[in-house]
Amino acid sequence: MDDVKKITLPLTKEMAESLKMGDRVSLTGTIYAARDEAHENMIALLEEGKPLPIDIKDATIYYVGPAPAKPGDVIGSAGPTTSGRMDAFAPTLLDLGLRGMIGKGARSKDVVDAMVRNKCIYFGAVGGAGALLAGCIKEQEIIAWPELGPEALRRFEVVDMPLIVIIDAEGHDLYVEH
Amino acid sequence: MRNISVSTITTVIRKLCIEACTELPFDVRKAIDGALETEKNPVAASVLSTIKENYQIAEEKQMPICQDTGMACIFMEIGQDVHFTDGNLTDAVNEGVRQGYTEGYLRKSVVIDPIRRGNTGDNTPAMIYQTIVPGDQVKITIAPKGFGSENMSAIKMLKPAQGLKGVKDFIIETVKKAGPNPCPPIVVGVGIGGTFDKCAMLAKQALLRPVDSSHPDPYYAALENELLEAINDLNIGPQGFGGKTTALGLNIETLPTHIAGLPVAVNINCHVTRHKSEVI
Repeated sequence: MDDVKKITLPLTKEMAESLKMGDRVSLTGTIYAARDEAHENMIALLEEGKPLPIDIKDATIYYVGPAPAKPGDVIGSAGPTTSGRMDAFAPTLLDLGLRGMIGKGARSKDVVDAMVRNKCIYFGAVGGAGALLAGCIKEQEIIAWPELGPEALRRFEVVDMPLIVIIDAEGHDLYVEH
Repeated sequence: MRNISVSTITTVIRKLCIEACTELPFDVRKAIDGALETEKNPVAASVLSTIKENYQIAEEKQMPICQDTGMACIFMEIGQDVHFTDGNLTDAVNEGVRQGYTEGYLRKSVVIDPIRRGNTGDNTPAMIYQTIVPGDQVKITIAPKGFGSENMSAIKMLKPAQGLKGVKDFIIETVKKAGPNPCPPIVVGVGIGGTFDKCAMLAKQALLRPVDSSHPDPYYAALENELLEAINDLNIGPQGFGGKTTALGLNIETLPTHIAGLPVAVNINCHVTRHKSEVI
């Protein structure tokens, strides 16, 4: 509880394996913001045999649709959205090298199986704490699909983002085992 | 007869949208602060303190408490002696939402078609609930509703023979099934009775009441307390990591119903339960 593990991205397989359910983590580095429509679009690109707009190897995706930035701010409120809506897409991305996911809420068995198979981590951010989490985002850039507004694919540079390991690389789930 | 220009409605709604999304209501703050004092589970207490810090940052920086600034649910109690002038009332309401969400840097979360999607770009249309009441005033309440919690809501048409037990079981089962998804600690709005549609609306209206309020009928007030206690014994806790604080409050609203029916609706809201009113 008192020990916060500092993690600098990218999250490697070895780093993922060292994290355990319930660990509190402070995350620094590059993450990608994507939710429902960006996931649908990414899967559509893969089905057409085209490359993804991001390097998925050891990447971490944050399930978020931020509020717009006020003048002078990097971004508006930016807390996690419900991860379960991305369950249909996550196993494909995990098999391609996605290492970390940040969100809130329960995941399906298929996702947990893909996490164990590939040694990945599901981090929780506090849902509804969007104003606080926005403070950890120091840079942001839209990478693809700007017409989707809050659902565009973005790159974030985060510093000391406070997270908790909900599901670890062995499949232990804090929602179930607390 | 009192004339009210619809431009006044636009101005008030613009302001209420921004205030509701950035300033957490006092009753919800009180409930969060109270839970923080009594929560024994250390992980749960740490989540609650993050939630408190977040609403303080939002107010200080005048930014949305949560990025999901919701669909704009707008309740209007319109006095029957009011005459609206200078335009179409519905257009004026949507113009207020458009201005509030655009000029207030709130997230635009509405798609034009439920299946074919397509963001409308200004968070319109609002979900408008109008009632005609005696008098010559207009009371406007805005309750922006996020969908993380809306998605975990449910309605069931019970048989009358299932009675009180059936009602309790359905409410508890709905909260249990929602688990960590609706961002607990949650606020639970319950509708009992009426028709299928009215029952769902009662559940939403129940969320407009202060979280620490009680139903005026002692029978339902006792049921509210009993259900809140049962929910807080589920050990879902803040964010679903365990603890005593699964719900901050539970409000029940009722209506008479048909001899063949017992509808029950559960509308779940997150800890960012927003509601703000103004009387014109």
